[in-house]
Amino acid sequence: MLVNRNGIWAIYRAEMARTARTVLQSVATPVITTALYFIVFGGAIGSRIQSVGGVGYGAFIVPGLIMLTLLTQSISNASIAIYFPKFTGTIFEILSAPISGFEAVLAYVGAAATKSVAIGLIILLTATFFVKVEILHPVWMIAFLLLTSVAFSLFGFIIGIWAKNFEQLAIIPSLVVTPLTFLGGAFYSIDMLPRPWQTVSLFNPVVYLVSGFRWSFYGIGDVSVAASLGFTAGFMALCLAVLWWMFKTGYRLKQ
Amino acid sequence: MPSILSISGLEKRYKSGLAALGHVDLEVERGEIFALLGPNGAGKTTLISIVCGTVTKTSGTVLVNGHDIETDFRAARATIGLVPQEIALDIFATVWNTACFSRGLFGRAPNPAYIEELLRDLSLWEKRNSKLIELSGGMKRRVMIAKALSHEPDLLFLDEPTAGVDVNLRRDMWALVRKLQGKGVTIVLTTHYIEEAEEMADRVGVIDKGQLLLVEKKAALMQKLGKRRLTLVLQRPMEAVPPELGDWPLALQADGHQLVYTFEANAEGTGMPGLLLRLGELGIDFKDLETERSSLEDIFVSLVERT
Repeated sequence: MLVNRNGIWAIYRAEMARTARTVLQSVATPVITTALYFIVFGGAIGSRIQSVGGVGYGAFIVPGLIMLTLLTQSISNASIAIYFPKFTGTIFEILSAPISGFEAVLAYVGAAATKSVAIGLIILLTATFFVKVEILHPVWMIAFLLLTSVAFSLFGFIIGIWAKNFEQLAIIPSLVVTPLTFLGGAFYSIDMLPRPWQTVSLFNPVVYLVSGFRWSFYGIGDVSVAASLGFTAGFMALCLAVLWWMFKTGYRLKQ
Repeated sequence: MPSILSISGLEKRYKSGLAALGHVDLEVERGEIFALLGPNGAGKTTLISIVCGTVTKTSGTVLVNGHDIETDFRAARATIGLVPQEIALDIFATVWNTACFSRGLFGRAPNPAYIEELLRDLSLWEKRNSKLIELSGGMKRRVMIAKALSHEPDLLFLDEPTAGVDVNLRRDMWALVRKLQGKGVTIVLTTHYIEEAEEMADRVGVIDKGQLLLVEKKAALMQKLGKRRLTLVLQRPMEAVPPELGDWPLALQADGHQLVYTFEANAEGTGMPGLLLRLGELGIDFKDLETERSSLEDIFVSLVERT
């Protein structure tokens, strides 16, 4: 057995079944949240903003909104997927199975990313009920969607292994990721910020994700597409390296 | 053909500094039931966990069916089934799904006929569509066993399999273990219920403080270390053992109503006929007698106390 395909498929299916058990929560929450964002930002505030870079404000925030949900969902899906077996003790079965760390990550992260992409597409569909959305580069849009989901699911997986309790599980998403996403140009172009803050924003990794994703929709972005792609790929490589080390050493997985 | 499990120089020191295992060597033969006996904290679970891959070893070598657990972990682990001490299940999954999941996880293609047979053997078939959260503790334990057997392992580890289970389940489990042995599965069980080892095991290993004190065939162990006891219930109580009986190590108990003679089970001459003859000559009558052989528990206690 060179690759444990049955094992990868078993974990993937079990994870997707877990998602299916909470399908109402998984689908209804992003749809309602998106609708609320459109009412508040698109309707109430957006009506006072003419356009950003030639794009109506309602349409402008669509990529940012998708990215915001994609990041939080990817992290929470993947972190809970591995943290929960640790918490309940069922992790013993994964650790004692003839499956490599890479294969386990592939299965868990694959399932988490699948769910995130599905939610991203649901939000996109919801958005079309509120504003007219154009997608200039659909292939790149899908590529960004996939890359971001996978990269942040990997990040979530790392958090899930690292976390020793539920507080630690929530701390990175709520104290780091959400602020970075809000300050990452999801609801504005960083051109709209005063000069020093524009420079500060360039150190925010989410700016690159939102910018690249927005470019795939409207052909406009705060930074170059190459920089966006480079950042996403680099972040993914970093996460893979950390996970490789975690499985090699058994960090917080094995005693 | 290599041993199903070959352990040499295995050591485990936890980060806390606790030396859980100190240089353990052990060979488990194909098809046997091997009981690892030891008090709580002796290192039984650590030993099993290292073999199964859930705890990393500090040093030493472990081969499962000739495959190294680190360099050839796929082949080694595919051979192993593990029923851990604690019940740990995805409580929202159904019995059927969780058994199929475990089979797939261990790399085996789906085989509904086998899973059905397994669930029937474990009296779980009627509950196959029930969620695990709806099952009793005993049923959950059966599910743990079904999961461990779902991929048809050659080597099954049962870590304290009957801790906290009722008599029926314990008997069912023993019957299942014998059936599995009949199919050629090797079983390693850890227990601190001596009667379990006495009932089931072909060989016994006694472990304490991370050291494997001995490994013996159960019968040989009982032969070698066991003691027998003859208790005579006297017609008239005695105040002291008469000096004429000085050739036998005798003791009085129950306020002088019982005369007790303890001797090695493997002694060539037990000395019992001579003792009875001498008692007759001295006119010491008894109204009842009973003999007992020391249990594995007595042997175990004396071994552990010695260390």
